[in-house]
Amino acid sequence: MKTLIRPALTLFLLLSVLTGLVYPAAVTGLARLFFPEQAAGSLIHRGGEVVGSALIGQSFSGPRYFWSRPSATSPMPYNAGSSGGSNLGPTNPALRDAVKARVATLHAAQPEQTGPVPVELATASASGLDPDISPAAAYYQVERVARARGLSAAALRTLVAQHTEGPQWGMFGQARVNVLKLNLALDQQRP
Amino acid sequence: MTAVEAGSAFNTAVSFVTNTNWQGYGGETTMSYLTQMLALTVQNFLSAATALAVVVALIRGFVRRSAAGLGNAWLDLGRATGYVLLPLSLLFALFLVGQGVIQNFSAYQDVKLTEPVTYQQPKTDAHGQPVLDAAGKPVLDTLKTDKQTLAMGPVASQEAIKMLGVNGGGFFNANSAHPFENPTPLSNFAQMLSIFLIPAALCFMFGRLVGDMRQGVALLAAMTLIFIAMFAVVQWSEMHANPLLTQLGVDGAAGNMEGKETRFGIVASTLFATITTAASCGAVNAMHDSLLPLGGMVPMWLMQLGEVVFGGVGSGLYGMLIFAMLAVFLAGLMIGRTPEYLGKKIEAFEMKMVSIAILITPLLVLGGTAVAVLSKDGLAGLANPAAHGFSEALYAFSSAANNNGSAFAGLSANTPFYNILLGLAMWFGRFVPIIAVLAIAGKLAAKPRLAVSAGTMPTHGPLFVVLLVGAVIIVGALTYIPALALGPVVEQLQLFGH
Repeated sequence: MKTLIRPALTLFLLLSVLTGLVYPAAVTGLARLFFPEQAAGSLIHRGGEVVGSALIGQSFSGPRYFWSRPSATSPMPYNAGSSGGSNLGPTNPALRDAVKARVATLHAAQPEQTGPVPVELATASASGLDPDISPAAAYYQVERVARARGLSAAALRTLVAQHTEGPQWGMFGQARVNVLKLNLALDQQRP
Repeated sequence: MTAVEAGSAFNTAVSFVTNTNWQGYGGETTMSYLTQMLALTVQNFLSAATALAVVVALIRGFVRRSAAGLGNAWLDLGRATGYVLLPLSLLFALFLVGQGVIQNFSAYQDVKLTEPVTYQQPKTDAHGQPVLDAAGKPVLDTLKTDKQTLAMGPVASQEAIKMLGVNGGGFFNANSAHPFENPTPLSNFAQMLSIFLIPAALCFMFGRLVGDMRQGVALLAAMTLIFIAMFAVVQWSEMHANPLLTQLGVDGAAGNMEGKETRFGIVASTLFATITTAASCGAVNAMHDSLLPLGGMVPMWLMQLGEVVFGGVGSGLYGMLIFAMLAVFLAGLMIGRTPEYLGKKIEAFEMKMVSIAILITPLLVLGGTAVAVLSKDGLAGLANPAAHGFSEALYAFSSAANNNGSAFAGLSANTPFYNILLGLAMWFGRFVPIIAVLAIAGKLAAKPRLAVSAGTMPTHGPLFVVLLVGAVIIVGALTYIPALALGPVVEQLQLFGH
C-alpha cells in the first residue's frame, strides 16, 4: 500500500504546484506583457474615470439612449458581479409575462414603431451582460433617440452604421452593435 | 468570501475530480481566486490526465500479448499533463487573452455607469430575514446606483484547460456565455474546436497504437455520423421562434434568442450546445434551460448515450471501445462465432464488464430522476412548471451521471438534497465504468493475439461503422425514450401542437 500512496502524494503535490500556481502565474505574466489592456478587462476610460468595459453591457432605460437587451441578473440588471440568464423554459408563463411587459414598454416609448419587435429587445441574454444588439434592434430605436435629443434620424442611422461590426473575419458570428460604445459616442457628439 | 457550505463543497469536489464540472455554485460570487486555481484548475488538469491514463491502459490491453502489466499509471499521468495538456493550455490561454478574456489578480473593478440604474430589492431586517408586509409578501426597497462592479480574476488560464480537458466548469456563473470568458465569435469558434481536439486526436492515437489506422478512423467516422445528425436537429429546432412570443408581437425571423448571446446568434449557440454535450464538456454559451423542447432534448440524449460521441478526454474513447465490444458481440451472436476485437477474444468476463459499464449510468439517471420527482426536496428545486420541470431533473441526472456538467440551470441545485444525490451520481457514473474498463484491460492483456483469418469480422469497414452506430443508438433509445417522452416530447406538443 505504501508503495502506492507515496508516489500518488508526491505526484499530486508536484502537479498541483505546476498547474495550480506556476501555470496561472506564467499566463498572467505573459498576458500582461503581450495583451495588457485585454488582460485587465478592455476597460474604457473617459476623463480619468473608468466608465465601463467594451465587453460588458450596461443597462439603459431613458429615452435619450439606445437600450441594451433585457438582463436577468439580480438584484439589478447587468450586475457584472453575478452573471446569469433567466433560465425560463419556452412554455413557462413567467417568460410570456416578462416578454409581454417588455413589448408594452417598447411600444409606449416609441409609438411610431408598429412592426414586430426585434427579438433581442424582448428576450434576456444568456449571461445577462450581453454588450451587443443586432443592427435591426438599433435601427428600431433611432426615431425615439432622435426625438429625445433633437437630432436628425438620418444622422443617427449613420452613427449606428459606423458602430456596426460585421461578422469577425467575414465568417464568424453575425453583425452586431455595441450599445455602450454607441451611447458613449452619442454623448460625445451632443452631450 | 465566506467558507463554502459542506454539501456544496462535497458536490464541487466530486464534480471536478470526476471531470464533470457541474456548477452548483456561481463562480464569481462564492469562489476565491486561490480556490479557483488550486482546487479547480488543478483538477481540470488531473481528471483529464487520469482518463487519458485509463484509455492508454485499455489500448495496451488490446496491443500486448500474454502480458502481466499495463504500464506505469504515474508516468502516464505525468506525461499527459506535462507533454500534452500544459503546453496546449498555455498557448490557448494566450490566444484567448488576445481576444479579450481577462487574466489578472485585481480586485473587482468598479465603473461609473453612463446612466444610473434604478432597481428593487427585498428589504431585510437586522437578522438578514426578508421583511414581509401585511399580505405576507416581501417588502421591496427601491434603490438607485450609478456604478457597476466587474468581476475580475485569472480567467484565461482556467478557461483554456476547461475546454482542452473537456471539463467545462466556468470561472463565472454564466460560463462561456460570459463576455469575459468568451468575448468574440472567433474565441467561441476556437473554444468549440478545442473541446473536440483531444477526443478526436485520440482516435488517431488509438489507430497508431494498435498498428492499424483504419481501426481509429472507423471509430471517428461513427462519432462524426451521430454528431452531424444531432446537430441538424438542434439547429432546425432553434431556427423556429417560440410561438408564444410571436403572438405577443415579437419578430420571429431571428429564431429563439431567449438565453442566447447576440455575438454568437443561433448557429454558433446551437453548434456549441451540440458539441458540449456530445463531448462530455458541459461548458455552455447559451442557457440550455431556455432552448426549445427538441433543441433541449438532443443535448440531453447525447449525454444519455454515455458521452461516447467524441466524449471526454480519454473517457469518450474508452466508452466507444466498450460499445465496439458490444457491437462485435452482437454481430457474433448473429453469425454464431466467438466475437473478437483487434485479435482478442471477447468472452463472458469481458461482456459482463461491458454490461456493467453500459448499465450503471441509466440506473443512476433514471433512478435519480425518479427519486427527485417523487420527493418534496427534489420538487422544490425545479424552477419551471409542468413537463419542463421534469426535463430539468432528467437533464440534471443525465449530466451528472455521464460526467457532462451542463445544466438546465433553472434548477436550484445548490441544496443539500441535490448536492449529495448528484454528487453520488457523478462519483459512481465516473468510477464504476473506469473499474470495469481497467478489469477488461487487465484480462485482455493476458490473452494471446489471434491471427486474422477468413472468418474474422473486419472492424474497420463501413459495415462495422453502421453496427457501432446502431449499438450506441439502440441502447440509448431503448433506455431513454420513455423518460424523454414525459419531458421534452410533451412540451414540444404543448408548444407546437395546436
